[in-house]
Amino acid sequence: MMHKSHDFLSASPVNIMRPGFMLIRQRQSSRRSLFLALALWLISAPIQAALDIEIFGGGASQIPIAITPFAGEEKLKHSITAVVAADLQRSGLFRLVDSPGPPLRDPRQVAYPDWKSRGANALVIGSAVMLPDGQVEVSFYLMDVAKQVQLIDYTMIVPVDRLRAAAHQIADIIYEKLMGDVGVFSTRIAYVVKQGNKYALQVADADGFNAQSIIEYSEPIISPAWSPDGTQIAYVSFENKKPIVYVQTLATRGRKVVANFKGSNSAPAWSPDGKRLAVVLSLQGGSQIFLVNADGSGLQRLSQSSGIDTEPNFSPDGQTIIFTSDRGGSPQIYRMAVTGSASGTAERLTFEGSYNVSPHHSRDGKGFTFIHRNGAKFNVAVQDLATRQVQLLTDSRFDESPSPAPNDRMILYATEVKGRGILAVVSGDGKTRQELSMQAGDVREPAWGPLPKSASR
Amino acid sequence: MKKVMSVLLIGLLSACASQTTQPTAESTSAARAETNPNLNPNLNPILKDSNNILSKRSVYFDYDSFVVKNEYRATVQAHAQYLRDNAAAKVLLQGNADERGSREYNLALGQKRADSVRSAMTLSGAKDSQIEAVSLGEEKPRATGHDEASWAENRRTDIRYQGE
Repeated sequence: MMHKSHDFLSASPVNIMRPGFMLIRQRQSSRRSLFLALALWLISAPIQAALDIEIFGGGASQIPIAITPFAGEEKLKHSITAVVAADLQRSGLFRLVDSPGPPLRDPRQVAYPDWKSRGANALVIGSAVMLPDGQVEVSFYLMDVAKQVQLIDYTMIVPVDRLRAAAHQIADIIYEKLMGDVGVFSTRIAYVVKQGNKYALQVADADGFNAQSIIEYSEPIISPAWSPDGTQIAYVSFENKKPIVYVQTLATRGRKVVANFKGSNSAPAWSPDGKRLAVVLSLQGGSQIFLVNADGSGLQRLSQSSGIDTEPNFSPDGQTIIFTSDRGGSPQIYRMAVTGSASGTAERLTFEGSYNVSPHHSRDGKGFTFIHRNGAKFNVAVQDLATRQVQLLTDSRFDESPSPAPNDRMILYATEVKGRGILAVVSGDGKTRQELSMQAGDVREPAWGPLPKSASR
Repeated sequence: MKKVMSVLLIGLLSACASQTTQPTAESTSAARAETNPNLNPNLNPILKDSNNILSKRSVYFDYDSFVVKNEYRATVQAHAQYLRDNAAAKVLLQGNADERGSREYNLALGQKRADSVRSAMTLSGAKDSQIEAVSLGEEKPRATGHDEASWAENRRTDIRYQGE
């Protein structure tokens, strides 16, 4: 992620151009604030399950893109156009250009000079047709306005209740073509909502829609962690007077205990193959990192110190674990090999400041994000594993639990605004920030889910 | 679609209602008053006697410290003595931390506070098998303010007897 953010920061427009696509650099005022008037998905849940989204700032370079209303979508219950537009805007990498006039269905109808004069570099046109079998045929074209060429011609047939997912997929395809890396609009996020004395572990689409409670309790829930295939979530529940690690399958809601040993059980982290979890147990004194099979069998100790070793996180290749330890007198981030036996050997990675915690590898394995105490503030930072260069991405007071997006472009984290817990997303270069809040209640402990399996485009 | 999803969601929510434990405050206290004596008939009333040192259940710690301070030695020793005299009795030691910083790291800090009370108790003759030291981290604050007074209140280990 660090490489990408640096590339992006220093890139001239030419460097991030896709072949055949013209990009104009846009200067953004840093205080610009956009509010997305998203229709909120309010459901009659014990805990209100909808996130409001607000976007601040914008990247140095944004691609101006026009999206004409998809022809025929007025006959459907949901707008595809609005979802695609909101997704692209939320990434901070696109600026929406007004699209006056009637919908366009055919690329031959496009008057390129008109779009050029409106300032658009890219144009999306599309249509949605209800088929006799009740499914919807969604087609769209992506055009390079400067070169007057068609970049994408794509058609999909989807059930009517999957239109929103189809729109996210369209946004992913556009993003991928124009930005050159995978889009994350079809991913999901997990987080914990606290309302009064009620706690809910919820899963929602990356745009905050379709939020559902996975489990609700009158005792705290922390540390949700997605299995690599996105079908299960490990978490820590205090429902039994102490922390116990569970794994719950999203489709069936069935759950099982993974770690309920004498003492405390916490901080679950999946191995990349999904077969094992690293957990933190006080079973043998202190708080130490153990490995356990996903079914709760095969416990073995991994770390060996006299104090605190916690917050383990596997490298994408599964060979190493980064974790927080106080072995040096203050909490710092260390790295150790995943071997067959407990070892006290670990390499210290953080040296700036007296409090560096909650490490998470970037998905490309080249760096990690973590929380750095910066004076009286706790902020999101990233560090490159090769150069050890640290970059602070936020400037708020109490940031926690950073979780990188599957394309490393953004980091989801928990923070606080006016005494209330909210989620926020910061771009890898720190320039764009979004807030995801709830009208009532504290939102915390976010975890960004993996790419959906169908994302192998 | 919206209607379909709403129905689905309501279905899902009611499906998980059985997992939800959310008694009202009223019913909780009523249930406690009635059932607790029956829950563990062996629970000695002396543990609740406000004139007895055994009714003291909290050990407080300084910032970033895990040392049981002298002012709490007598309390810890009295509970160790009780465990020594009542081999069937068991305690859960719940360590706590203030809200600043990482939740998981604070869980580990709370564990240190529970572990140090356990050590003091076993040194005074309680058996390790009678004690479980766990942490609630920053998740169950007794004081909910965001100031030093609240934080100090939350740097604490609580002693809970089995059956309580």
